Amino acid sequence: MSTILTKPLHRLSARHASRLPLMVTATLLVAMFSIGSVQYEGFFSAQVLLNVLIDNGFLLVVAIGMTFVVLTGGIDLSVGSMVALSTMLTAWLVEQNGLPLALAVPVVLLVGAGGGALMGWVIHAFEIQPFIVTLAGMFLARGLCYMISTESISVTDPTTTRIAQTRVLLPGGLFVSPAVVIALVVLVLAFVVLHHTRFGRTVYALGGNESSARLMGLPVGRTKVVVYAVSGLCSALGGLLLTFYMLSGYALHAVGMELDAIAAAVIGGTLLTGGSGFVLGTALGVTVLGLIQTVISFQGTLSSWWTRIVIGGLLFVFILLQRLFGSSRQAE
Amino acid sequence: MTPPDDLGTGKRPGRAPGTRRLIEHRLFWPAAVLAALLAGNVLFTHDFLAVRVQNGHLYGSLIDILQFGAPLILVSLGMTLVIATRGIDLSVGSTVAIAGALACEHIATAKDPGSLSTVLSAVALAVGVAAAIGLLNGFLVARLGVQPIVATLVLMVAGRGVAQLITDGQIISVSSSAYKMIGGGYWLTLPFAVLLAAALVAVTSLVTRRTALGLLIESVGGNPVASRLVGIRAAGLLVMVYVVSAVCAAVAGLMISSNVSSADGNNAGLWIELDAILAVVIGGTALTGGRFSLGGTVLGALIIQTLSTTIYTLGVPPETTLVFKALVVIVVCLVQSPAFRARLSRRRRTAAPDPASAAGDLTARRQEVHP
Amino acid sequence: MAAPPTPTPTRTDRPVLEAQGIRKVFPGVLALDGVDLRLFPGEVHALMGENGAGKSTLIKVLTGVHPPDAGTVSVDGSPQGFAEPLEAQHAGISTVYQEVNLCPNLSVAENILIGREPRRLGLVHWSALHERAARLIAELELDLDVRLPLSAHSLAVQQLVAIVRAVDVKAKVLILDEPTSSLDRDEVAQLFTLVRRLRDRGAAILFVTHFLDQVFDLCDRVTVLRNGRLEGEYRIDELTPVTLVHRMVGSELRILDELAETSHTGPTAGPGSGGTPFLSARGLARTGAVQPYDLDIHRGEVIGLAGLLGSGRTEAARLLFGADHADGGELRIDGRRAVLRSPRAAIAHKIAFCSENRKAEGLIGELTVRENIVLALQAARGWTRPLSRTRQDEIAARWTEVLDIRPADPEAQVRNLSGGNQQKVLLARWLLTDPELLILDEPTRGIDIGAKTEIQKLVTSLAAEGTAVLFISAELEEVLRLSHRVGVLRDHRLVATLPNDTTLTPDRILGAIATGATS
Repeated sequence: MSTILTKPLHRLSARHASRLPLMVTATLLVAMFSIGSVQYEGFFSAQVLLNVLIDNGFLLVVAIGMTFVVLTGGIDLSVGSMVALSTMLTAWLVEQNGLPLALAVPVVLLVGAGGGALMGWVIHAFEIQPFIVTLAGMFLARGLCYMISTESISVTDPTTTRIAQTRVLLPGGLFVSPAVVIALVVLVLAFVVLHHTRFGRTVYALGGNESSARLMGLPVGRTKVVVYAVSGLCSALGGLLLTFYMLSGYALHAVGMELDAIAAAVIGGTLLTGGSGFVLGTALGVTVLGLIQTVISFQGTLSSWWTRIVIGGLLFVFILLQRLFGSSRQAE
Repeated sequence: MTPPDDLGTGKRPGRAPGTRRLIEHRLFWPAAVLAALLAGNVLFTHDFLAVRVQNGHLYGSLIDILQFGAPLILVSLGMTLVIATRGIDLSVGSTVAIAGALACEHIATAKDPGSLSTVLSAVALAVGVAAAIGLLNGFLVARLGVQPIVATLVLMVAGRGVAQLITDGQIISVSSSAYKMIGGGYWLTLPFAVLLAAALVAVTSLVTRRTALGLLIESVGGNPVASRLVGIRAAGLLVMVYVVSAVCAAVAGLMISSNVSSADGNNAGLWIELDAILAVVIGGTALTGGRFSLGGTVLGALIIQTLSTTIYTLGVPPETTLVFKALVVIVVCLVQSPAFRARLSRRRRTAAPDPASAAGDLTARRQEVHP
Repeated sequence: MAAPPTPTPTRTDRPVLEAQGIRKVFPGVLALDGVDLRLFPGEVHALMGENGAGKSTLIKVLTGVHPPDAGTVSVDGSPQGFAEPLEAQHAGISTVYQEVNLCPNLSVAENILIGREPRRLGLVHWSALHERAARLIAELELDLDVRLPLSAHSLAVQQLVAIVRAVDVKAKVLILDEPTSSLDRDEVAQLFTLVRRLRDRGAAILFVTHFLDQVFDLCDRVTVLRNGRLEGEYRIDELTPVTLVHRMVGSELRILDELAETSHTGPTAGPGSGGTPFLSARGLARTGAVQPYDLDIHRGEVIGLAGLLGSGRTEAARLLFGADHADGGELRIDGRRAVLRSPRAAIAHKIAFCSENRKAEGLIGELTVRENIVLALQAARGWTRPLSRTRQDEIAARWTEVLDIRPADPEAQVRNLSGGNQQKVLLARWLLTDPELLILDEPTRGIDIGAKTEIQKLVTSLAAEGTAVLFISAELEEVLRLSHRVGVLRDHRLVATLPNDTTLTPDRILGAIATGATS
């Protein structure tokens, strides 16, 4: 056959184009860590990096769920509230109802997944924008927290505190918390699901072109419902991890976490229009967010609000990058 | 071609019962909900509607609702125009915080915090910066073609950091009677904030309805492709609505900080963007753009404020307002969703072919023919 | 799909797909009225018809998108009742649409096999997937890297991938719905090679196109629809391009008495054919839309543009309005060079354009008749110089009366009006701007005969008052009746501009459309 068939338009760039933002993020990460190491004493250590994970394990789990939703071209604003609801529910069940932790955990996870599935169903069945449906979910979950209690419930349950204080030792005197291990397991699972299962590939297809996916005979509705259920499940799990981290349930936990989760996904190279992105990128994005906090705390003179400003700035840059990248893709 | 004509001309003549025309009016449902809420309050608190005069000022629950609702009305006002163009502005909450922080910081560091000129320059500073924020949003949306929800997310995230940067993470208190006037003062027996909000609503309706601005905005939101072919310059309009939205948010921010005589970069205007979107949707402006109703938006904002006040007076923990808001969002969205209506009417048709409700059937059928 | 050991292009007597007496009614429109279609294994069968003939409705019935109101669709002799597209797919009917319905972000291999991926232990077996996709590609003698994302390939390749996917779903019947509209010559040739190969393996292929050459190049038989009815089924060697066009368009001239009296019925020298034309295009072109063309339009002149659907009529007109950017040639307005960067620029030059797509590109459905009418004038004035409400009411009342818009209620939502009245609203909108050149793209399509006559009369009187009109229509009688000169488009080229004198007949225009020859 003649040449037009065999010559894709940009052979080299095509396979790597979607990984470009990921590489930018990785470079950014290395640069931040190098600069931090040069600038601040005690920064250059593996434990500093591990601490970033320890302090952000719950965010990683939540951001992974968000990545599923964003890959389909949707958005889930309810995750922060869902995290708070999970901390509240766990604390309430364990502390005030004396339920063993082993029973409370499945209840919390079920509530999260069920809530997510319900939102997904409303989005699909009634063709309402995900934005507004998950906004309702956000209000509802936060409101339910207050219905449980307007005060913070501290967790003193021995099982819970024991897990919270456990350190998973690594060679070289390094350690992480069990939450980090759980978050990494979730990461690996998410990677396998997204890249190696039929469901995962349908998620990408949905984000690429929903009407095509429907015409290709893919289960569009079911996939949407499951994706929001996954996000709800991840938020609930993130809430459990946060409970271990904070040892309390409080309605004002995780305020604005949905923004951090979205920012992590975007900085990790996921297109907000859907169809392109990697869950590993999201992990890098979470690490970048965590490193920003670390650098700012090492700096000492910078205040914590710089974190938000820097995250906003990064979001801006990455959205511009996506725009450039997106329009060049259209040109092809 | 004849069926629509027949129905149209057959039904037009002014004989239609007045009640139907009332129900079909786009402000009917928001107004009815507001009235029901107020009536419900009277059941629990008998003097709920009472307004009394004290020190030459009007007092009462109704006045409170108006006063505390004023900032939300303003933010919703700008949001209405943005949504009418098929956009959304998530950054208004941050803008509220930035405006309050800028003004208080300016006044607190000024030599003469009480003077009118200080306050005026503080207001000018806040509004000017807000306009710049609106320009940035508008530029991203209109020139770069970024989805509005994404474009305004940037400032939603960064804006609160900026506000805290301005206040240095503190809550800045100011003692300036001139500044206090904006959100907490009275003029002609009414809270100044209410008058200010009313004035801005009036100006906005005048500008949108007496000039062609409203028509062009509805046209761009209703059908962007056709609008381009008709020669409308959409980019300028888009930038304008985002600037208006930011400026409205800034004035709301001034009101909020003035009312408590302090600026809190962290909590001022928290989630107000969501309340504003809710108010717009309740007011009958669809999230998909096109026709907008400023009157509906004002009613929507008042409904939300009344809801909060109601819950407060009922003694229920005020935080549970969120649950009610969630229910309102769900109901309003379902009612607006064509898919939901279709399901509902299908079920109604199969379940109960009731000859008594022939008139209702006719309207239902008409809606099916012209979806 | 494994290749049969001996590919025998059999023509059995039993059709693999048969539609009988298909009838489909949409509110107010009889879209299909007793249409039959037979598709045999091992043939490429063309489905031809002008706009509104019912082609796309028939395809939607065959693929389960719309259930028919009467008639049966049978596959291999057994009647089917498809409730949704997936059922038609399972019965062996696959469709490839004009717009590639695949996911650009996935790899070629995934696009071919998604939903049917080979799996191992529940996980996608990637190497087997790539192998199988590569084998399918190779079987059809294509050569491309199945691991690359689909978006890395040209539209033509994407179209081929769509076909490979359709074929792999064990399709007995492959429906190709205008697959070549956006492909260039070489790409079309490749697509055809693939289609022939599939035919030779015994697939039945229904090919919908508006390119005549392609029909004669590729197809074995043709079914022609006209106005929702079956016009006939022919072997391709029974037809010539000219006779095919006759069958599609219908050769009998319908007489509109009223018009015959009021307008120039035959030879009229174009007014002002000397002197500077109002608008003059030289080599104006846009890649992929229309080849370079020259066109002069004088004041008071009606130029008709004829050509089959998809021949580039609309595309040519859009360049004159700045709706699309020309990437070659130049445009002069009143003798001065003009670059139209946007519709706004064209409007400033007093050009107006009524799009053929009234709903998507013309009206703002939820606004009122009044608002839709004043919109163009208001946009030109800018938002700071509003037309007063009194003025708007006057304008709306006047135009509602002049054009007899019904219901005569300027406050009615325009989306509730019938097609003809919507068209009149659009006309009112542009006439209000007092244009020097009015471009009308299919202004009479889908509207009733009364409104049609009124619009035709309006065109005549506008020209008499000195307005230049570019009139695009698929109906040759209409074009001939109204135009001083007729431009003929074929395969995105303006092949001729014929003066409308005594010698110009529908047959001559049909000849030009069919063959590109002007004599």
